[in-house]
Amino acid sequence: MPGEYAINYTAVLVAAGLGGGLVAFLFIISYLLAPHHYSEEKAISYECGMLPMGRFWSQIHVRYYIFAILFMIFDVETVFLYPWAVTFVSLGPAAFFEMVIFILVLLFGLAYAWKKGALAWR
Amino acid sequence: MIPLEHFLTLSGILFSLGLFGVLARRNAVLILMSIELMLNAVNINLVAFSAYLVSTEFVGQVFALFVIVVAAAEVGLALSIIIAIYRSRATSNVDEVDLMKW
Amino acid sequence: MTGAQFLFYALGLATVMGGLGVVLSRNVVHSALALLLSLIAVAGIYVLLYAEFLALVQVLIYGGAIVILLLFVLMLTRSGESPLVLDNPQKPVALVVSLLFMAIAIVSFFLTRWKLAQAPRGVDFSVLGGSLFQDWVLPFEVASLVLLVALMGAIIIARESPQ
Repeated sequence: MPGEYAINYTAVLVAAGLGGGLVAFLFIISYLLAPHHYSEEKAISYECGMLPMGRFWSQIHVRYYIFAILFMIFDVETVFLYPWAVTFVSLGPAAFFEMVIFILVLLFGLAYAWKKGALAWR
Repeated sequence: MIPLEHFLTLSGILFSLGLFGVLARRNAVLILMSIELMLNAVNINLVAFSAYLVSTEFVGQVFALFVIVVAAAEVGLALSIIIAIYRSRATSNVDEVDLMKW
Repeated sequence: MTGAQFLFYALGLATVMGGLGVVLSRNVVHSALALLLSLIAVAGIYVLLYAEFLALVQVLIYGGAIVILLLFVLMLTRSGESPLVLDNPQKPVALVVSLLFMAIAIVSFFLTRWKLAQAPRGVDFSVLGGSLFQDWVLPFEVASLVLLVALMGAIIIARESPQ
């Protein structure tokens, strides 16, 4: 493995190790220090107030899913923007118009979603 | 240096796990997750070939990129279909959606 | 054992553990989180294979979008049945088939004579970008159409009918 490449990613490794280690450390500390006495009442959704009815897993609405789909589509578009941003000056006008077509196609999708009322928060 | 075969073995194990999941699970979302595992196994294969083999240049990486993009589109559509089925049949188990089964 | 080798086996172990979690877990949300572990570990494998851009894409698309989408749909399609049965009766057959496939695949990986290059190598980010926008223009534009179809299809299929 070439030296510089390995050194660059050692930083990533150290950051990941520190982050993961901190989370593990906090969990272990809280497990060791906190007193735990489990009881039936503690397992219900609200400890105070009325008894909850039905199941604990509340169902989310489908419009969240539409927004998540929109997010994912434009996430993928962003992924293509990275290599384009690095190279489009050296590649000339062709690369620029390729990306314009790409974005226009996806913007058409957004306009379609808007027209269909999928963006409205009813 | 890690031998190429070790990367391929990892991808083989991951693909078999995905295959097991597709065949053994009955919740449609879990089947979709197993398909994601299989796609990732294939991507590891492609990237390993592009790094290790003679004359492939980096076609493997470009191909893996498009595999990921198509996987994203596929997940979006498949989950919509699962939601539509759930709405009409109140289930997301594939073995209960058997209206057209002989 | 060098650092890279140690990392590879650690990441491979995490990948396989995540995969096992996906296919064996009794809780669908745990399955999704195990899938996330597996996908992030695969991003690390890409880094070891000198595919930095793909590692970024993996984290952005899989870790950032696909797992979130899967979790959303798990929340949307909760099943009222109890006890919750996640596996179907063909599990033993599935085990045999997948083990058989794994054995065949691994044996064939080791028997094949690969035309190995001198050393594993990556590609510069700008070279990859240049190739993407010169040699792979058509797949690139088709990808936008695929995404467009996915978006429109999702809106048509998933939206409740307005009444």
